[in-house]
Amino acid sequence: MDKPKAIIIGAGFTGVATAHDLALRGFDVTVVERGPIANGTSGRTHGLLHCGGRYAVKDHESAIECIDENIILRKIVPEVIEPNGGLFIALTEADLEYGEQWIEGCEACHIPIEELKPQEALSLEPHINPNLLAAFSVPDGTFDPLRLALAFAATAKSNGARFHLYSEVEDFILDGSGNVIGVKVLDKTSDTNFELRSDIVVNATGAWAGQVAGMAGADVPVKPTPGIMVAYDERFCERAINRLCPPADGDIALPQRRMMVVGTTSYEVEDIDYVPVTKDQIVKMLERGSELIPGIRDAKARGIYMATRPLVGAGSVGRSIARTFKCFDCRETHNIEGLVTITGGKATTLRLMAEKMSDLVCQKLNVSVACTTQEVPLLSYRQFYALPN
Amino acid sequence: MDMNHHNNSGWSVSFRVFRQKTGKDAHYDTVKLEVDPDEYVIDAIERIWAYHDRSLSFAHACHHSTCGACGMRVNGVEKLTCITPIHTIARNGGIVQVDPLRNFPIITDLVVDMGALYRRMAQVGHRPVVPLAEEPAGMPVRKSNNGEYTRLSDCIECGLCISACPVAASTPDYLGPAVLAGALQHGIKRQPGLLKLVDSEDGVWRCHSAFECTEVCPSYVEPGTKIMQLRRNVVSERFANLFRSNR
Repeated sequence: MDKPKAIIIGAGFTGVATAHDLALRGFDVTVVERGPIANGTSGRTHGLLHCGGRYAVKDHESAIECIDENIILRKIVPEVIEPNGGLFIALTEADLEYGEQWIEGCEACHIPIEELKPQEALSLEPHINPNLLAAFSVPDGTFDPLRLALAFAATAKSNGARFHLYSEVEDFILDGSGNVIGVKVLDKTSDTNFELRSDIVVNATGAWAGQVAGMAGADVPVKPTPGIMVAYDERFCERAINRLCPPADGDIALPQRRMMVVGTTSYEVEDIDYVPVTKDQIVKMLERGSELIPGIRDAKARGIYMATRPLVGAGSVGRSIARTFKCFDCRETHNIEGLVTITGGKATTLRLMAEKMSDLVCQKLNVSVACTTQEVPLLSYRQFYALPN
Repeated sequence: MDMNHHNNSGWSVSFRVFRQKTGKDAHYDTVKLEVDPDEYVIDAIERIWAYHDRSLSFAHACHHSTCGACGMRVNGVEKLTCITPIHTIARNGGIVQVDPLRNFPIITDLVVDMGALYRRMAQVGHRPVVPLAEEPAGMPVRKSNNGEYTRLSDCIECGLCISACPVAASTPDYLGPAVLAGALQHGIKRQPGLLKLVDSEDGVWRCHSAFECTEVCPSYVEPGTKIMQLRRNVVSERFANLFRSNR
């Protein structure tokens, strides 16, 4: 029997992880991406391998997903991770008060935390704010965003997945009843058009998921929610430094290579193909970042950029939206067969998102193969370039 | 945007962008943009794509110099475009010419095939994540670390050094600056065959010490200096081997 055919639109984190998962489950996978790997939101993440602590008070589902996936990613893709842990630090009485709920939340979400005396925290990380009132160590990490995506893509490729980069889906191919049976693609490297047909099309375009689903006459309740990140030209610590407070602007400063990245903000926009940086947000990152690590105030900004989170939610706004993800079957929502969408989620949960998406695809196509991605070590990201397409 | 140079006045800058589609002639397209002088070159390129020409292809991902995807030649000099403010390249009313990196095959427009670089980095055993204590030069390593921490290595495989290298321009077989620096990171004694690979015509001895690589490296690797160090290591290893074989 021929392998079931899947087309995945988008080579961000969700797309490459779903390509990997479906390829392992025996699908014939083709990924179509209008730019290079991880050129949108995924590439521009701050690179925090979340322990889940950020969500432990109000969003247990996301927190549990984060800690579970954190442990799995450390195991399957160590090549792209700085596994040095993190600290949550309290700087005000309000932070301390929040800390009480936070400790309970971490316990409820099985996030291993360890309270440190302020002096102990300072001996581990001498550059953090010396006036801290409390500190907890957590199993955070930092990852290289592009190389994380490449490692999934490389492994997918080794299992037969094909990647059409710089190739834009311009329309869906529909059958007589309006069901999706393929895609029409513009190959931008040669300015030529081609068509691909498949048993299922996976819309893994994140913040753009609504636009892409719209081409088939469907919609998806995704709220593109950008936030700023500022990278400073000096590395002050080994661990990710989190403010012990409810999710807020500039609540994290994390090391990466020789830099510190401070993020982020949260607001909604309409046009997400280009999101401009505003200077008031840059100032805010400097202020909030230097509360965590005073040295940031005198560090030079090296890179300043916006990333647009794909938040899923109808009716709620900004940070009140859960950071979990959702799969949509267009047959359920719009009576269109052949198209499924996944959006929402976080970089840390990319593997789990792919698992749930692939479960839905398998269920729809009556394929009974279980997910194995939590056990399969990924190939080196460099193999993405070495392997034939 | 680079906040180290406050300047809120809008500038008008012409971007002359290299274009090539497979099987078609290469040419330049010029787009005049209103820019903030503190914006980075990649911001302008992304805006050309978003608002002026959807057919433009360029590589980019992290926008903060950790991924190495967005290397291009900007007014003839290799730059990581995500950390290159426009005011460091041009003045108000000026021209910014953007070309793909040299010494790599062009895929389309500003996109090149960096497969050879990635393959060779793997070949010399360059480790993307290294124990903090082993990362050479410049990084202060605190004593309490005891090698327990690791971090992503300095080299981001952006290819700027290979594009700038006059020797790489003369032969595609030359391993190239990033790769030789990568071999030094791993240490030639650790991997069988590595000494032979770098102690060869296309290895350390091909370098003409132009140091263009060090000049353009955006990530503290200083490949030129590393190649000189690797040469010394190769020579001592040769002597050591001579001594071993005479015993």
